[in-house]
Amino acid sequence: MSSAASPGTPRRVLVTGASGLLGGAVARLLAEKGHTVRTLQRTPMAGSAAAGLESIAGSVSDPAAAARAVEGTDAVVHLAAKVSFTGEWQDFAATNITGTRTLIDASKAAGVRDFVFVSSPSVAHFGEPIAGAGAGTADPERARGFYARSKAAAELLALAEDSPSFRVGAIRPHIVWGPGDTQLVERVIDRARSGRLPLLNGGTALIDTTYIANAAAAIVRGLERMDHAHGQALVVTNGQPRPVGELLAGICTAAGVTPPAWSVPGWLARGAGSVIERAWLTAGSRGLVHDEPPMTRFLAEQLSTSHWFDQRRTREVLDWTPEVTVEDGMRRLAAHYGGAAA
Amino acid sequence: MVAELWPGVPESWSSFVQVPSTAAVDRPDTVHKWHVLDNGPELAARGVEPAGTLLCVHGNPTWSYLWRSLLAAGAEAGQPWRVIAVDQLDMGFSARTGTFRRLEDRISDLGDLTDALELTGKVITVGHDWGGIISLGWALTHSSRLAGIILTNTAVHPAGFTLPPALRLALHPAVHGWGTQTTDAFIRVTHSLARPALAPEVRAAFSAPYRGSSRREGVANFVADIPADSTHPSWGTLNRVAEGIKRLDVPALMLWGPKDPVFSDRYLRDLMDRLPQADVHRFEGASHLLPEDVDITAPVFSWLEKGPGTENREIRSRNVAGLSVFRPMLAELDERDDDSSPAVVDMAPLGAPAGVSPATLSWAELAARVNQLAAGLSGAGVRAGDRVNLLVPPGIELTSLIYACLRLGAVIVVADAGLGTKGMGRAIKGAGPAYIVGIERALIGARVFGWPGIRISAETLSPAKARLLDVKHSVPELIAAGKDASTGKDPNEPWLRTDPDADAAVLFTSGSTGPAKGVVYTHRQLTAMRDALKNTYNLQAGTSLVAGFAPFALLGPALGATSVTPDMDVTSPRTLTAAALADAAAAVSATAVFASPAALGNVLATAGDLTEDQRKALHQVELLLSAGAPIPEPLLARVSALTPNAELHTPYGMTEALPVTDIDLDGIRAAGAGNGVCVGTPVSRAQVAIAALAPDGSVGDTPLVEPNLTGEILVSAPHVKDRYDRLWITESKSASLPGWHRTGDVGHLDEQGRLWVEGRLGHILTTPGGVVTPVAAEQAAESVPAVGRAAVVGVGPAGAQVPVAVLELKDPVRRPGTAPQELAVAVRTAVAAGTGLDLAAVLVLPAMPTDIRHNSKIDRTALAGWAATILAGGSAKVPGTGGRK
Repeated sequence: MSSAASPGTPRRVLVTGASGLLGGAVARLLAEKGHTVRTLQRTPMAGSAAAGLESIAGSVSDPAAAARAVEGTDAVVHLAAKVSFTGEWQDFAATNITGTRTLIDASKAAGVRDFVFVSSPSVAHFGEPIAGAGAGTADPERARGFYARSKAAAELLALAEDSPSFRVGAIRPHIVWGPGDTQLVERVIDRARSGRLPLLNGGTALIDTTYIANAAAAIVRGLERMDHAHGQALVVTNGQPRPVGELLAGICTAAGVTPPAWSVPGWLARGAGSVIERAWLTAGSRGLVHDEPPMTRFLAEQLSTSHWFDQRRTREVLDWTPEVTVEDGMRRLAAHYGGAAA
Repeated sequence: MVAELWPGVPESWSSFVQVPSTAAVDRPDTVHKWHVLDNGPELAARGVEPAGTLLCVHGNPTWSYLWRSLLAAGAEAGQPWRVIAVDQLDMGFSARTGTFRRLEDRISDLGDLTDALELTGKVITVGHDWGGIISLGWALTHSSRLAGIILTNTAVHPAGFTLPPALRLALHPAVHGWGTQTTDAFIRVTHSLARPALAPEVRAAFSAPYRGSSRREGVANFVADIPADSTHPSWGTLNRVAEGIKRLDVPALMLWGPKDPVFSDRYLRDLMDRLPQADVHRFEGASHLLPEDVDITAPVFSWLEKGPGTENREIRSRNVAGLSVFRPMLAELDERDDDSSPAVVDMAPLGAPAGVSPATLSWAELAARVNQLAAGLSGAGVRAGDRVNLLVPPGIELTSLIYACLRLGAVIVVADAGLGTKGMGRAIKGAGPAYIVGIERALIGARVFGWPGIRISAETLSPAKARLLDVKHSVPELIAAGKDASTGKDPNEPWLRTDPDADAAVLFTSGSTGPAKGVVYTHRQLTAMRDALKNTYNLQAGTSLVAGFAPFALLGPALGATSVTPDMDVTSPRTLTAAALADAAAAVSATAVFASPAALGNVLATAGDLTEDQRKALHQVELLLSAGAPIPEPLLARVSALTPNAELHTPYGMTEALPVTDIDLDGIRAAGAGNGVCVGTPVSRAQVAIAALAPDGSVGDTPLVEPNLTGEILVSAPHVKDRYDRLWITESKSASLPGWHRTGDVGHLDEQGRLWVEGRLGHILTTPGGVVTPVAAEQAAESVPAVGRAAVVGVGPAGAQVPVAVLELKDPVRRPGTAPQELAVAVRTAVAAGTGLDLAAVLVLPAMPTDIRHNSKIDRTALAGWAATILAGGSAKVPGTGGRK
């Protein structure tokens, strides 16, 4: 029934991975819009009660926890995932592939109507520059790195479940950032502060990003517009690609850190990245390091080749445009870091 | 999926035909098995009645495979054509006859085949290489059915035939059999001529019928049948065809790859003499295997659809009908042949050492010199219609040559040094002049690069040098000869009357993107250009003008104005100093100055060196014309301070139509900022309209004058070009709206009827938000103080492009890359405020790639390519900056 999906009708929605920045934002936005929101995450969600959220602790790969979480809901937004530049394949597969399978099975058993799978454009990024392309088909064989490969496999299996009685749509927000973001913003700032952040190829690669509020809004739109959005993957960005050097400098300036000034050829960084990655993995398995390595091959590719997307189809399907510009986002970031001017 | 025999050839096209032979080489009752590719059965199966038949004849050593694109396009065309491509006997998959078939036999063979096929309806012959001659031989004996001829890279006259070294070796008696039959060397060399190279599977298909030396006898015999001199058995037949086609009055289309080392431009020119009605298109950069190098199907079928050859004539007659009295370019000169006041002044005469006093000719002297030179050129063999390439810098010498050629009816070809050596060479080869008149430097170029034309030096050369450069005459010698010849002639009727609608001049576009295009003007159109200037700027006889902008400078004697050429290097407008301009103005008490923005930029930069007298000379100027490119208001305002009594005008136009509109400084100020550059209202007798631009970037077909509609700018005026030279495709696109010239510029008209130029059609951005023209965003970017020049280009696929600004800074950067953060923010903010555009990136480079002639037209196509590469994370060389030395 399309009336069930219209924005005005309150729904009972499960959000997984709500302890993350994006998951939390999605859960809060749904609650603000009047939906009844339950969250599932491994660690209890801070402030969930205050935000009017029902919080359940547990893992999506645990069938019992998953069944408990979906009970009584009619929609699921699935964000829970293992996100990292390094790590063992088994860990990625367990959370990202098996977890998705488990959650879908539980959802179907519980009579859930709509399922939004939050994915990543990296599932269809094979190392080549992307300039103004559409979403592309996920490919676990060709995607780069364990994260992207496992998400690609999960996206394929999720979309394969799409049917009139169980509608599945995939939303792929690209490089989400904003105040409180640990994935990109904190890493950039941390590395810039310790002088470990080079610009690759002069930082000229054009990159799309998504301000956190826009990414959350697009995911919620994906649920609201499931009539149009199901059965396909949509890349979501701000639609304002920028040279990566300019983005990094903007983030550093907002946080009051000196932006990177030294440039390394991309090919060198990619080569060095894979060496460092291997060394880090070895050291990690012997319990020597806990941090992420300073540069991985995947990260080097991300920072030295363009990836920006044609947003026309996304905006048409979701009937949505981003509200916060990159520039506004930088100002909010600066305010978050204590008012340093962007 | 249709089963294919070879890549691009479905099985249904291929068939074999039993053909009784009437060829002299065969015994009576001989029957040969022919292989043909024919889309006829496919059309019949669809129940489609074709408009006619294209009969395609391949050369050596190819086969019908060469024409597969025509078969496909013929079947798919809106009005379908049957296309039959034959494999000649002993070639392709036709029979190996064991005979030596000469040209005469091959012409009969083709007739035998068309008889056997029982072809009905009109036929257009299509021929390539030696297939061209055979197809023409067929055409001569089947004229009742012949509706047209199409030729690509062929020749009918072997005089002076030279072969490239590789082929010469293949044909040498010692190796001929080895090169053409024993081995496949000839075949491989021919295939290697394709530009770009053939795909491996296509190359394999071309070789398929010639595997094994017994299959290659025809290839060897074909080569041996080339009649190199009059003793050859096929000479007579060749001559008969070559002469016979002069009587063919059917429409003709010639498509040519000028890089062909064998069937070069000289054979194209020879064919154009024999078939003057032909529409011609040269594909710059394409070679011998033209149907492989470029898409010939689009021009062939659009030519067939349009009704060959009609278009130009219609437009020409329309323009002619709109005109009244024809006053020749030489009228002023003839009327003032006893006037001793100065006509032309040269501040730095040709060949004179620096610092020498200016040279001056009175009207009487110039008139006499022009007539003497014309008589001398005539004595050297120059005839009406002959093209004469003038490689002489502006000044008295060039002026004399131009008017002498116009007098003779010879067509002046003005390929200026502003095109660069490579561009000039291409332009000259394209125009194919019969004569080259040049200064020594140009003649060295002609010798080194093998430019066509009998060489005449502008100055007297030593005999040794003349021999070395293969120079036949000199201008001083021709003038002396002309002086002798003209004495005793009837002074009232010394010259033939000029045909107003004959070609008068070939000028060249600046070639800022791609090869420069030749633009042909008739005498009537040149006089219309003169009159447009005269009426728009009220130029009276008695005006004195400083000619710092070449095209208009040449019009001085026709306008009746005294013209002075300042001391400057014409290849670089930036070399005009304020002092040189003032000295030139002082020499003739100039009331008018024609210059380009780049020249005026340097005049301002050097204005501090002016003496009091020089300043006074500039105060006398009443009209200052800045032509060639738009000029920013602040620059014009500073010029105004130097010439306080002058009206400052800047016309908008192009090589194809000069000028189109005009605006003065007050007009520019009144217009203010808007979407684009305001270039004013149409000049005398010119009309401007707009063909609307759709959101996907395509252009409409209706001339509209409603305000604020953005689209391609259309021009109609008596001084619009006659046509592009030997660029039939380009011409038919530019003249697709009868009576209008499509400029390729984008803009709009405002409520006051003023035209605003928003950029080039090829430079528009197709963003998700719709079509964006770049000029307004560029102006916004240039409002940021540090920015010198800005170009806004689109990066990404059509429809999803993002705008990127590329900047040249006032304080030039050393290394190209992304702009410093602060500058990027400033430019982005300015552009967003001015136009609402969100720039994805702001890039800087040391200098913009521009054309050499004006140093002002930015090569945005190259910039967009560079920007796309570095923004993808790759590295790319900054595009060449032609304007910098």
